Amino acid sequence: MESAKMQAKGHATSPLASFLQRIAARGNWGRRSVIGVPYVFLVLLFTIPFLVVLRLSLTEMDGVHIMDLTSYVDGAVNIRIKLSNYIFLTSDALYVDTYISSIKFALLNTVICLAIGYPFAYFMARSQASIRPALLMLVSLPFWTSYLLRVYAWKGLLDDNGVFNNVLMAMHLIDTPIKMMHTGFSMMLGMVYTYLPFMILPLYANLVKMDLRLLEAAKDLGATPFQTFWLITVPLSKNGIIAGAMLVFIPSVGEYVIPELLGGPSTLMIGRVLWDEFFSNNDWSMASAVAVSMVVLILIPLVVFNKYQAQAGSGRSV
Amino acid sequence: MDSRIGKTWLALGYLFLYLPIVTLIVFSFNDSKMVTLWGGFTFKWYGLIANDTEVIDGFKLSIKIALLSATGSVVLGMLAAFAMVKYKTFFGRTAFIAHINAPLVVPEVITGLSLLLFFVMCERAFGLPERGLFTIWAGHTSVGMAYAAVVIQSRLLEMDKSLEEAAMDLGCRPFQVFVLVTLPLIAQSLASAWLLTFTISLDDVVSTAFLSGPGSTTLPIIILSRARLGLNPTINVVATITVALVSVGVLAGSLWMNRQERKRAADQAAAYREGMSTGPLVA
Amino acid sequence: MVITPSPVAASDADLNFLRIDKLVKLFDDVAAVDEVSVDIAKGEIFALLGSSGCGKSTLLRMLAGFETPTTGKIKLDGVDIATLPPYERPINMMFQSYALFPHLSVWENVAFGLKREGMPADQIGDRVEAMLSTVQLKPYAKRKPHQLSGGQQQRVALARCLAKSPKLLLLDEPLGALDRKLREQTQFELHNIIKKVGVTCVLVTHDQEEAMTMADRIAVMSAGRFMQVGQPHEIYETPSCKFVADFIGNVNLFDAKLVEDEADHCVLAGEHGSFYIDHGITGTLGMAATVAVRPEKIKLSRTPPADAAHNCIKGVIADSGYFGSFSLYRMALPGGRKLQIQITHEHRHIEMLNDGEDAYASFTPDSLVVLTS
Repeated sequence: MESAKMQAKGHATSPLASFLQRIAARGNWGRRSVIGVPYVFLVLLFTIPFLVVLRLSLTEMDGVHIMDLTSYVDGAVNIRIKLSNYIFLTSDALYVDTYISSIKFALLNTVICLAIGYPFAYFMARSQASIRPALLMLVSLPFWTSYLLRVYAWKGLLDDNGVFNNVLMAMHLIDTPIKMMHTGFSMMLGMVYTYLPFMILPLYANLVKMDLRLLEAAKDLGATPFQTFWLITVPLSKNGIIAGAMLVFIPSVGEYVIPELLGGPSTLMIGRVLWDEFFSNNDWSMASAVAVSMVVLILIPLVVFNKYQAQAGSGRSV
Repeated sequence: MDSRIGKTWLALGYLFLYLPIVTLIVFSFNDSKMVTLWGGFTFKWYGLIANDTEVIDGFKLSIKIALLSATGSVVLGMLAAFAMVKYKTFFGRTAFIAHINAPLVVPEVITGLSLLLFFVMCERAFGLPERGLFTIWAGHTSVGMAYAAVVIQSRLLEMDKSLEEAAMDLGCRPFQVFVLVTLPLIAQSLASAWLLTFTISLDDVVSTAFLSGPGSTTLPIIILSRARLGLNPTINVVATITVALVSVGVLAGSLWMNRQERKRAADQAAAYREGMSTGPLVA
Repeated sequence: MVITPSPVAASDADLNFLRIDKLVKLFDDVAAVDEVSVDIAKGEIFALLGSSGCGKSTLLRMLAGFETPTTGKIKLDGVDIATLPPYERPINMMFQSYALFPHLSVWENVAFGLKREGMPADQIGDRVEAMLSTVQLKPYAKRKPHQLSGGQQQRVALARCLAKSPKLLLLDEPLGALDRKLREQTQFELHNIIKKVGVTCVLVTHDQEEAMTMADRIAVMSAGRFMQVGQPHEIYETPSCKFVADFIGNVNLFDAKLVEDEADHCVLAGEHGSFYIDHGITGTLGMAATVAVRPEKIKLSRTPPADAAHNCIKGVIADSGYFGSFSLYRMALPGGRKLQIQITHEHRHIEMLNDGEDAYASFTPDSLVVLTS
C-alpha cells in the first residue's frame, strides 16, 4: 500500500524500497491495515487535494482549460509557474484589507467567546453535581441543531422588519427601524452565537476535572477568592483555553455562511472572497490562491492546535 | 454572592443561546406574509411543506448521505484512533496526527474547494467520480472521520489496558480481543461518534456546495439559497421540525445515560456496604 | 548463588519446572532485567520482591508474554516459551487491577478462558461452578463486576486465573489494591487456596510482609538483578549483602575490619567496639566488612553486661516509642549515629528507658551477620 502511494507521488525508490521490502517481509497485516486504511483515506482526501489546489494556484485560467505547470518543449522539461495570482493577492488593496479584516473579526470572535464562555463554563462546573448533566445537555442542544438554521434565526431577529425592531416600535421606543442587519455588529453577533458552544465545551471539560482541594489549599494559605481564581484556576485551565481558542479562531478566519447571511459590504471576510471567486467569477486558480493564502494565515494557530491535540491524545497533561 | 452572579450569568447565557431558536419555532406558526410580524396562529406553512418536493427530496438525500457518512466516519475514525493509541511509532506518525486533527478546524471553504478540484482532476483523468452523492459523501466523511477519531480516542485512552492483556492471557488472539473485549467497552463511544458525525453531515452546507452536482441538492443547500433571498416561513417550519426531533433525541439520550449512571453508582455502593459487613472468605 | 530446594519437590523435572535462564530485557540500552537466572520447583510459590523500577514487573510480564526478552530463555515444563504469544502459553496472570471484564457477569468472566479453549459447554459449566465454590462466590455468579466489593472482585479474578488449570500462575501485587484489614486476612487465604490447588506461582510485590507470608522462596531484586534468592527466614536472618540486609526489615550496620578469623569464631573491630561472631568466615585479616545486627536481637540495660569486651556498645537514649507489644529505641552513639533497638514486652510490667539516659546495648555472638558486599 505504502509503496504504491510513494510511487504515485513520484518518489525515488531505492533506499525506501528496501526499507518497505523489509516491512513487507515481516507481515503483521493487522497492524498495517489499521494504520494504513485511514492513512490512505486521509492522504487521498487531504494531502493530495491540497497539493492540487497548490498547483492550480500557480497556473492561470485560460477560459475553461487550466494551463499545465510542466510541459515538454524540444525534449526539455519546462516548469511554468505563474505567480500572477499571488502577486495580485498581495498587491491589491482590497485583498490585503480582507485578510486583515478576517483576522480581526476572528480575533474579536475568539476574545468575546472567551469573555462570555469562560465564566459560563466556570459557573457550570461549580454548580451542584446533580444539575450539571442538565446544564451540559442544554448547552449541547443548540450545538446539535443546524447552525445554518440558527444563523438564519438571527436574520429574523435583527432585520428591519425583524422581531427586535417590531417590539421596539410596538413599545413606541423608536419610530423607524434601527438598522442592525448586514453590519459588523450583526455578523459578530452571529459568529459569537455560533461559536460559543465550541468555547464552552472544552473549557467546561477542563474546569470540571479540576481538583477543588487545590483551591481550598490556596484559600487556606491566605489567597482571596479573586487571587485564587487568577493565580490557580486560570493557569490550570490553560489547556481548555487553548483548545477553545483554537476551535473558535481557526474556522472563524474562513467562515462563509455567517458573513453571507448576516454580514454586509463592510464586513470583508476571506471565506466569502473564495466562494465568490469560485462560484461567481469561475476563476478556479484564483480561488485556489486564496485558499493557499488562507492556509498560510492560519498556519501558526494550526500548528499550536496540532501540538495541543497530540499532547492531549497521548494522555499526558501539560 | 458568587452563586448569584453565577446563576445570573448562566441564565443570561442560556437566554442568548435559546432566544433565536424559540423565535424560529414561534414564527413557524405565524399567519402572515411578513414572517416576523405576528398575524395569528396557523399550521398552513406545515401543510405547504408537505407538498414541497424540493425540500422533501433534499431531506431524503441529506438523510441518505448522513447515514452513509456517519457509518464511514465511525469505521475510519475508529481505525485512526486505534492507530494513534496503540502504535506509538510508525512511519509518518506525526504527519498522520496532523492529518487527523486538521479537519477539526480547517475552514470548510478550503476543504470543499480542494476536494472538488481533486475530484475534477480525477474525473478528467479517469472519467469518474461524478459530482454527486459520492463526492458529497467523501467530503463529509473526511471531516467526520476526524471527529469520530477524537471521540473514540479519548475513550480508548481511559480504558483499562490490562483488560485487553487479560483477554490475551486467557487465550484470545488479537482479533478476538478486539471483538470480545474492546468493542463492547468502546460501544458507547462508537454510538456517540456515530450520532455526532450524522449530525455534522446532516447540517453541512459549505463543502456540500462545492461538491454537489446537478440533481444532488441537500436540504441545507436549499435552505441556504432560500435564506439568501430573504426571510421565508418554510425555513421556520424545517427548523421547528429539526429542533423538535433533535430535542427529543438529546433529551432521551441524556435521561437514559443518567439513569444508567445512577443505577451503576447505586450498585457499587451496595456492593461496598456488603463487602464491609461480610468480610473476606473463610478458607 | 545457592538455591535451596523446596521441601516437597520430588523429581529433577519437578525441581526445574520453571527455568529462567540468563533473561535480559533492554529498553533503549537500559537493562530493566539484567541477566536473571533461577529454577523454580513445581508447586512452589516464588516471590519477586523489590521497590519500583527494580525490574520485577518487567520480569513478570516476560513470563506472561506481554514483553519479549531481549536475550535469554524461559522453559516451562521443558518447553521454551520465551517467544510464544500470551494466548499460547499455559500461564495465567492475575492483574493488580483484577481486569475483570465489566460487560460480562462473574460466571462469564470465569468461563471466558475456557470458551477460548473450545471446552464443551457442559464441562465449562461444571468447571465454573467448581471454581466459584472454591472462592466461595457461587451466589454471585450472575452479578457484574461493579456490583462486587474489592475483596469479592479479587476472588473472581483468582477463580478466572485458575479455571484453566494453568501450569504457572502469576500474581501482580495481589494484595496491593486491598485496604489494610482486608489485606491481613486475605494473605493467608490466598496462600491456602494456591497450595490447595497445587499450582506453581510467581508473585510480584514491593511489600515485604506480603512476600514473606505468602512465598516459599523470595528473590530480592534491585536494578534488574537478583540480589539474593532464598527462603524468607534465610533472607531475613542470613542476608547476603548490605542491600538485602537493609531492604528487608530494619538493621544496624557497622563498618569493621577483620581482626581474628578461626574456624569456630571471628572478631571484627569497628569504631564502636569489637564484634565477636560465633562462626568463621573466609577472608584475609585486615579486610573491610560490615557487621549487621537486627534491632530485635539487641538487649538494653542501664548497667554494663558481664562480658563487656565484645558485642557491647555504650550510648545515650535519644528517642523512644511504645508500640504496645514492643518498644523502639534509638540510642545515640559517640560519633553521631543512632542505633535502632527493638525490645519485645514479654511481661506485663516493663521498665521503659528514658531519653537522655546512659545505656548499654549488647548482643549474642550468634545474632550477628558478617557482610562482605
